[in-house]
Amino acid sequence: MAKATQAKAGATRAARGKDSSATSEELIAYYRDMLLIRRFEEKAGQLYGMGLIGGFCHLYIGQEAVVVGMQAVAEEGDSIITSYRDHGHMLACGMDPKGVMAELTGRRGGYSKGKGGSMHMFSREKGFFGGHGIVGAQVPLGTGLAFGHHYRGDGKVCMTYLGDGAVNQGQVYEAFNIASLWKLPVVYIIENNKYAMGTSQQRSSAGTELCKRGVAYDIPGVQVDGMDVLKVREAGEMAIAHARAGNGPYILEMMTYRYRGHSMSDPAKYRSKEEVAKMRQEHDPIDHLRDRLLTGNHTDEAALKSIDKEIKEVVSTATEFAQSSQEPDPAELYTDVLIEA
Amino acid sequence: MAIDILMPALSPTMTEGKLAKWLKSPGDQVKAGDILAEIETDKATMEVEAVDEGVLDRILVDAGTDNVAVNSVIAVLRGEDEAAGAEPAKKTDGAAAPAPQAQAEAQEAKAPETKAPEPKPAEPKAVAPKAAPIPMEADYTGPTVTQTVREALRDAMAEEMRRDENVFLMGEEVAEYQGAYKVSQGLLEEFGSRRVIDTPITEHGFTGIGVGAAFSGLRPIVEFMTFNFAMQAIDQIINSASKTLYMSGGQLGCPIVFRGPNGAAARVAAQHSQCYASWYAHCPGLKVVAPWSAADAKGLLKSAIRDPNPVVFLENEIMYGQSFEVPSDPNWIVPIGKARVVRPGKDVTITAFSRMVSVALTAAEDLAKEGIEAEVIDLRTIRPLDVETIVASVQKTNRLVTLEEGWPFAGIGSELSAVMMESAFDWLDAPVARVAGIDVPMPYAANLEKMALPQPQTVVEAAKRVCYR
Repeated sequence: MAKATQAKAGATRAARGKDSSATSEELIAYYRDMLLIRRFEEKAGQLYGMGLIGGFCHLYIGQEAVVVGMQAVAEEGDSIITSYRDHGHMLACGMDPKGVMAELTGRRGGYSKGKGGSMHMFSREKGFFGGHGIVGAQVPLGTGLAFGHHYRGDGKVCMTYLGDGAVNQGQVYEAFNIASLWKLPVVYIIENNKYAMGTSQQRSSAGTELCKRGVAYDIPGVQVDGMDVLKVREAGEMAIAHARAGNGPYILEMMTYRYRGHSMSDPAKYRSKEEVAKMRQEHDPIDHLRDRLLTGNHTDEAALKSIDKEIKEVVSTATEFAQSSQEPDPAELYTDVLIEA
Repeated sequence: MAIDILMPALSPTMTEGKLAKWLKSPGDQVKAGDILAEIETDKATMEVEAVDEGVLDRILVDAGTDNVAVNSVIAVLRGEDEAAGAEPAKKTDGAAAPAPQAQAEAQEAKAPETKAPEPKPAEPKAVAPKAAPIPMEADYTGPTVTQTVREALRDAMAEEMRRDENVFLMGEEVAEYQGAYKVSQGLLEEFGSRRVIDTPITEHGFTGIGVGAAFSGLRPIVEFMTFNFAMQAIDQIINSASKTLYMSGGQLGCPIVFRGPNGAAARVAAQHSQCYASWYAHCPGLKVVAPWSAADAKGLLKSAIRDPNPVVFLENEIMYGQSFEVPSDPNWIVPIGKARVVRPGKDVTITAFSRMVSVALTAAEDLAKEGIEAEVIDLRTIRPLDVETIVASVQKTNRLVTLEEGWPFAGIGSELSAVMMESAFDWLDAPVARVAGIDVPMPYAANLEKMALPQPQTVVEAAKRVCYR
């Protein structure tokens, strides 16, 4: 479903040409994609509470505009990689919500046959390369995916997502240096949700303008309102064009916010309830777009209700599948360690 | 007083070199710091500076002479007031120094403190013996060529790069410098900078980039200047390269080779002398290869490059210059996972890998003089381990000595001991004996370093112990 939306949005955009204002069709598609992530994640939280999902489960609620805005300007064949707060990225890439949810419940119908879990899902078909659990490790990996595009000369770009915690890992700068030196087609998207687990950005980072972290490597960077899908799209368009044209990497610092804790077990005592409530009330990316759709006469209440209903059904189908899919066959324990040479 | 000018050692492992060119002629005035000659080692061409003043009296080794042993007299200097052809030299100029502007040598690029030329003991160090008459793979009857391990590795990469456009080499100094240890010599010229890529000194970064490139379907060869530096990158090797296939339910493989010298070189001390065989062999999702001969180095590297899995390919600096017969057929490969009996015997089995195979063979010769016929097995692949070949040998000899350069605790010998308990317990006539590096960080001093590494005598003693002799 999300894939169809994405293709449609792409087609319309091509027709729109240089006009940066979005069409009604595009806005509705972004609404639908963001809402899918929101409802999916709420359901995942609920299933976690019921004991159907175990281990770590990092929800993307609040940050939906970032990945949806970026995917709006991605091309078929571009690659995407992120760390462990990754469910939203998978859905935005067009991966099947059933397969994602079944992986969360550890069932054989999951994307990794139940062997990866929340943090480790992949789809070569959709250009999604994980799903990585070591903070910062995805940055050299994504730079390597960009190296692959560069080596093949296929004109594609890798979108490498990282958080405001990962920016303090050394390997991020090793990757920045090489990406700039070799002019690799990579866009680094820093999702700055203000807290690296429980440590606020002010307490962890000397110099809090993360978009400037590439200055020493001659990598341009801008700060973007990551709660506004159109602002994300606009910045993404510019950064991807820069990388695709062979000018090397670009950094987008997306100012965003996660409503839930770092993971399910996080009571989030490091920030006030008022702070969270204020973000939800004043900056929610989905509410914001909903208002725009209505006030701009792009659609009406009835149409939005029908989208809500449609999304609910997608999520409920995924949930059913994730509960009814069987646990992996015990023989699966021993497979996929090595490929038979 | 005449002064002997000796052939200098220009690298930690140099035992001989080529006297390429004299820049002074007999009768020339020589001042300290003057360049006397150019010497080619197996890695680089270096200039040799005079340390003393005088007149060059005689040149004893002509320009163009190969295989000049370190510490042999190559020329004689006399005082300005002395007659030509004076009495035999009394003072030895053992400190002929490589010129500072000469190309930096591998470790030195990383560790400037090793730059000072080390005074070599008069006796050459005990290193691997020359090409032993080891038979080829039983099934190979084609033509062979005499090659060093270094050349064999280079040819393996070149042949596979010709065969598959997706194969490329990246690492520190692999391209323009021609390889810190000259393993990649000539590859830049043939394949260009798109496929032979110099990286900055940034192991964690370029290893992750290599793994990402492998995820995208390319087949990177990532060279570590030495495996000591790969510790900076071990997270990417283990967490990203080795686990992703499993974590993705078989969707996303990582066809990559991590290669470079492993283990102790010579006199480079603790941080540059460590064997990582058991570290990597511990981890599912990786294959670990550690060849000894040039033929195996070539045949196994070709297999590693073709393998769809991540392969850790452990080389050894001291072996790079050793020559062996190597099949010249570019289609000839050695399968990963097969050990090889390099010396048959009936009384005791000795397993070894990489440079320690040389030590095992020397020990076997010594044991033969005492009437003990040792069977020497070159493991070649550490993981997957060829249990079948080892067990079959122990069923014949009923005794096992394991030999490795790395530390004993949780080492390859420990694993082999457990394999014996599980698969050959009833065949053993003596407890397994482990010979390993001494359980200390590698010391620098020559005598201590020698003590820290397994010597043929240590192996002889262990073999006699298990034979109750």
